[in-house]
Amino acid sequence: MTLDLPSPLDALDASAGDDAAGTRPAAETGRRTDDDPLLEVDDVSLSYGDLSVVSDVSLSVEPGEFVGLVGPNGAGKTTLLGAINGVLAPETGAVRVGGERVADLSSRAASRLVATVPQDTTVAFDFSVADIVEMGRTPYHGRFTGDPDAAAAVDRALERTETERFRDRPVGSLSGGERQRVVLARALAQETPALVLDEPTASLDVNHQVRTLELVADLVDDEGKAALAAIHDLDLAARFCDRLAVLADGDLLAVGPPEEVLTAAHLDRAFDTDAAVLPNPVTGTPAVTPLPEPGDLDRRVHVLGTGPAAARVVSTLTAAGATVTVGPLPPGDVAAEGARELGASVTTAPAFAAIDAETEAAVRERVAAADAVVLVDPLADALAALVRDREPVVRVATGEDAASATAEIGADGADDEPDGPSDRWTGRGTDSDRPAVDAAARATPETVALGVRRALDRPASADD
Amino acid sequence: MAVRRKAAGWSAGLTGLLVAVALVSATVGPVSVSLPTVAKAALNAVGVPTGLGVGSETLALFGASATVPVPELSYTYLFSFPVDSTSETIVRRIRLPRIALAATVGFALAAAGTVMQGFFRNPMADPSIIGVSSGAAVGAVATIALSFSGPYALQTAAFVGAVVSAFVVYLVATEGGRTPTATLLLAGVAIQTLLGAVVSYLLLRAGESLEQALYWLMGGLLRNAVWTDVAVTVPVAAVCFGVLLAYGRDLNVLLLGEGDAHTLGIEVERTKRVLLAVSSVATAAAVAVAGSIGFVGLVVPHIMRLLVGPDHRVLLPTSAVAGAAFLVATDTVARSGGVEVPVGIVTAALGAPFFLYLLRTREVHSL
Repeated sequence: MTLDLPSPLDALDASAGDDAAGTRPAAETGRRTDDDPLLEVDDVSLSYGDLSVVSDVSLSVEPGEFVGLVGPNGAGKTTLLGAINGVLAPETGAVRVGGERVADLSSRAASRLVATVPQDTTVAFDFSVADIVEMGRTPYHGRFTGDPDAAAAVDRALERTETERFRDRPVGSLSGGERQRVVLARALAQETPALVLDEPTASLDVNHQVRTLELVADLVDDEGKAALAAIHDLDLAARFCDRLAVLADGDLLAVGPPEEVLTAAHLDRAFDTDAAVLPNPVTGTPAVTPLPEPGDLDRRVHVLGTGPAAARVVSTLTAAGATVTVGPLPPGDVAAEGARELGASVTTAPAFAAIDAETEAAVRERVAAADAVVLVDPLADALAALVRDREPVVRVATGEDAASATAEIGADGADDEPDGPSDRWTGRGTDSDRPAVDAAARATPETVALGVRRALDRPASADD
Repeated sequence: MAVRRKAAGWSAGLTGLLVAVALVSATVGPVSVSLPTVAKAALNAVGVPTGLGVGSETLALFGASATVPVPELSYTYLFSFPVDSTSETIVRRIRLPRIALAATVGFALAAAGTVMQGFFRNPMADPSIIGVSSGAAVGAVATIALSFSGPYALQTAAFVGAVVSAFVVYLVATEGGRTPTATLLLAGVAIQTLLGAVVSYLLLRAGESLEQALYWLMGGLLRNAVWTDVAVTVPVAAVCFGVLLAYGRDLNVLLLGEGDAHTLGIEVERTKRVLLAVSSVATAAAVAVAGSIGFVGLVVPHIMRLLVGPDHRVLLPTSAVAGAAFLVATDTVARSGGVEVPVGIVTAALGAPFFLYLLRTREVHSL
């Protein structure tokens, strides 16, 4: 018994030629060549009765590739995976693993080609971890001859998933993350060229989600398996998968690298939701932020400010239903990217340079067109000057000011003690009898929509 | 291999217990026989089949009678310890056949019960869940009430009734080549109710043979046991058990759920058919010779699962042997009182409280 990891392709050849596995003769099925995709979904359709669940899906996975299947609940992900591992027979089309049609194989032969990590990994009966992993050897187990390679394969799988130390523990005593690794070990013990995972992270906490997918990605890399996983967390899918396939209503909308596939347009079609897709600041992979349903703040609002606070203000206002314009902003500013993603109109200007006349004119035009202006601190005086004589104005405080701003919004948004900067921005006095709107209403990025509403609802000021 | 060692160890221990229970049981009765005498008489009764001849039996149906040939085995006996002839006759002709039959029936029922609980992943499943016992009851009570007679008419009718009703339940629950276990369970309940009505009607019509029919329904057939019953039942139970044992691993994988089992290489529907058919035949054979006996197939697997764990490669043989010991013990209780009661009453009377105890104290509900 060698401890070398057998190539999954060896297993493929072995099962392709194995009569006991109930396959057709090897000459008929043809041996795979290295150019073929290992896992090939060819024009597959499935339905339950009259209800079409998956229609004409084609997809392929190469050895060493980890493809994520994403899509809303009920998109047909689990059904498609069922056609791949042979539990369901496709109505039209075919699933081939290494050139063999899975639907033509006995479940014993199919389970030597495709291993499955199911969605629900709870085991009602208290088998030990080693027992569960050993069940992965079932397709190799002769009823009277046993499986001479079982012990070695189980050891390897336990080692690979770092579950050796649990091997004699009852599986019921493990945490969800540990149990997930045990079920992954069971799939590894099957020594298949292809691996199918149905929501492997669905019931795990953040840490275990990342660790599980990391492990899958490593296994795929190291052992040249072809892996297809239904993953509902788009950010995680983007982070760990080589390619993503977006499934919506049984149709494959897009397949490709995560950054190409995860676009606002695809997400809108697949999930029927507005979403912002921005690079994750830590991993650099696409991160998806679904946005709430647009509200009824049907006004134009111009936002002056930069950085994350401004980005949040733009997103809150967009979500509230406002038509947002932003600027001037340096082109690479997070607020600029976020605003563009949300469909807001952005005026850009080089960073660390004086604003030229053309930009200033453009901004003034937008400020004039807006029903309200939001200033996001900290703000350069030159920018603040652009809104002189404009109202209503909402000033968004960040950091230490935020708490008091929240309190003020809570207290009807009135600014009873207008301070210096407000006066300067609005050019108004501090007479406490005058409506509070004369000073900038205050808000935080989260409450800015409320602040804008209140400012807009105030009676016309003395100017009118 | 650890599993084999565990299975062999437990089975050997329980077999020892079974032998001890059997020997003690053979000392109990209206005539008290000492344990050494029992042991000697029992060894004298150990025979190996050495020849096959043809005998004859009389078959009577609706007043007409006919003589039919039946196969007969001849035996060579290995021991001949000196035992007084009264004791020898009591032990060898009356008590041992009954004990051997009880052991065989307990063995078959517990094995089938273990498989059914695993198959249905349901703690309330027992061998009669798919209508086997009800079918047997219809066959047996009909034979008694309508006064059919002949060699093994009762047993044959019960066996045929059991197998037919299990098959009907299977057909009703199968659609498009798939047999969902939930449908099977519900179809089983419905057919049991229907057959229960038939049995009730037949009992109303039974007249003078009512007592005999009631005795059958309570598992009272063991008292008539002769060696021929044992010789017919043992091979059926042994073959069924052998097949079920060979499927121990498949049963384990089926416990993970049918979808998982399929992706692990089990031909789910075919395996279910084999398990259903074989455990139904085992149950039918047991019920045919012993009458309807409840709780053995329900309680014994539960107890053994608590002791040895869920692995069917260990659970199945240990449950079967424990079931044999359990039924020998309960049958001894059934016949040791002043008036003999059918063993079904004793198994239920002992089994139900014990089951309730398990339910309250152990994790039977987590099955």
